[in-house]
Amino acid sequence: MSDATFRPATEETPLARRILIGLAVTGLLILVFAPLVAVFVEALRDGIMASLESLASRDAWAAIKLTLTIAAISVPLNAIFGVAAAWFITKFDFRGKAFLITLIDLPFSVSPVVAGLCIVLTFGANSAMGAWLVDNGYPIVFAMPGIILATMFVTFPFVARELIPVMIEQGRAEEEAALTLGAGGWRVFWTVTLPNIRWALLYGVLLCNARAMGEFGAVAVVSGKIRGETATIPTTIEMLYQEYLSVAAFTLAAVLALLALVTLVLKTLLELRHADQLAATHRH
Amino acid sequence: MHIEIDEISKQFGATAALHPVSLAIPSGALVALLGPSGSGKTTLLRILGGLEYPTSGRVLFDGQDATGLTVQQRRAGFVFQSYALFRHMTVFDNIAYGLNARPRATRPQKAEIARRVTKLLDLIQLPDIGARYPSQLSGGQRQRVALARALAIEPRMLLLDEPFGALDAKVRKELRQGLRDIHDTTGLTTVFVTHDQDEAMELADVVVVMSMGRIEQIGKPQDIRARPATPFVREFISA
Repeated sequence: MSDATFRPATEETPLARRILIGLAVTGLLILVFAPLVAVFVEALRDGIMASLESLASRDAWAAIKLTLTIAAISVPLNAIFGVAAAWFITKFDFRGKAFLITLIDLPFSVSPVVAGLCIVLTFGANSAMGAWLVDNGYPIVFAMPGIILATMFVTFPFVARELIPVMIEQGRAEEEAALTLGAGGWRVFWTVTLPNIRWALLYGVLLCNARAMGEFGAVAVVSGKIRGETATIPTTIEMLYQEYLSVAAFTLAAVLALLALVTLVLKTLLELRHADQLAATHRH
Repeated sequence: MHIEIDEISKQFGATAALHPVSLAIPSGALVALLGPSGSGKTTLLRILGGLEYPTSGRVLFDGQDATGLTVQQRRAGFVFQSYALFRHMTVFDNIAYGLNARPRATRPQKAEIARRVTKLLDLIQLPDIGARYPSQLSGGQRQRVALARALAIEPRMLLLDEPFGALDAKVRKELRQGLRDIHDTTGLTTVFVTHDQDEAMELADVVVVMSMGRIEQIGKPQDIRARPATPFVREFISA
């Protein structure tokens, strides 16, 4: 009786709470944890040596190197573009702002396969520009530049989307204060804007990185999936799986999952190290 | 510094935030821009500080045309409505910001910066809070830190946007006297924006009453009380 009487208005009954928590945990187990475990179990089915052997193959190694290179190039570029776009949108008033925000979201609504096809049509050997580029020794499609373009297109919204709400909430007053104190534009950006958005930026970059390494559709169309040359980790996994090489396929999948886990661990470490600053700035 | 506002107007798209207004502020005066929201008082203050450019008209500092000066060149100590302290910096670093932002040639030595920040912390009577972050301060402390930060650049004038707006009534009264003292010590020409007629009348030497982007009356507090120039002023100050 008294329990129910003094329960805060926003709190559920103990039974409802247990059911809700139970549902969430079950969902997490089925949707996230079980598949992750399955990947590692399948990868290690013939023992660790068999897995390591499959990784030692030239093609697997080339795929890992390619994926890491693609991420290392496209993530920093998208971080810069994302910061620039978010800064422009939140600190200035101009016509067509709503349109620009829609444009930033476009990659979310366009299927990655369609995005890949667009790049093939624009830069492929059948277009005038593509033919000229190939003739001059700069092929885009079925080569690294095409994969980078496709990856950047698909991952473009992550950083900007993460930053825009944070920067809107923070407003322009701190930047204006810095300007009245005599700071120039660059100084204001480095000493005021960037420190205020660094955690949102970190989240955006991590999401962007995870997606960049995992992108399949657009990259599959653009890269041509040439083994040892333009096949990335995800496209290689698919090819190995189609050929019933499941140990090799799942081992590579486990590597991709581990790369994602590493970024999560990095994030957590950074948060622990800067916990006091986080508390002071009320920002995560 | 003597400030002269000569036929300043400001359009935001189709709406006029300021119709041409003119105003002379003598050197060393403490002036209140008083009016309801939407009266154009904050726009006028931001134009003085160089955060907004006028659509037409001129601003003169000591007789020199300052209309084209950038916000950095104005050297106006600006206190923002919600103070806009840098939330990721300590109070010390907040106050030192303007000195650190100077070009290398005119930037004081580290020890000199520390000396000046300490002096300013003494001036605002909060000598021990240098290591704290803004989120760890009370509203009144934040306002005083914002004031110290603005004073650190050795400004030519002090501009304050609703400096007491975010404070409760008791702190507000104390800090009024604090601002008056700082004005009298530094002798800086000071302009503050407020919608509170008590505050304007009690604190300012000269009150400028504004409404709908126009100046309704300029005068000493007692003169405005005794002889309101327009029906708007009469109604506003009796409210």
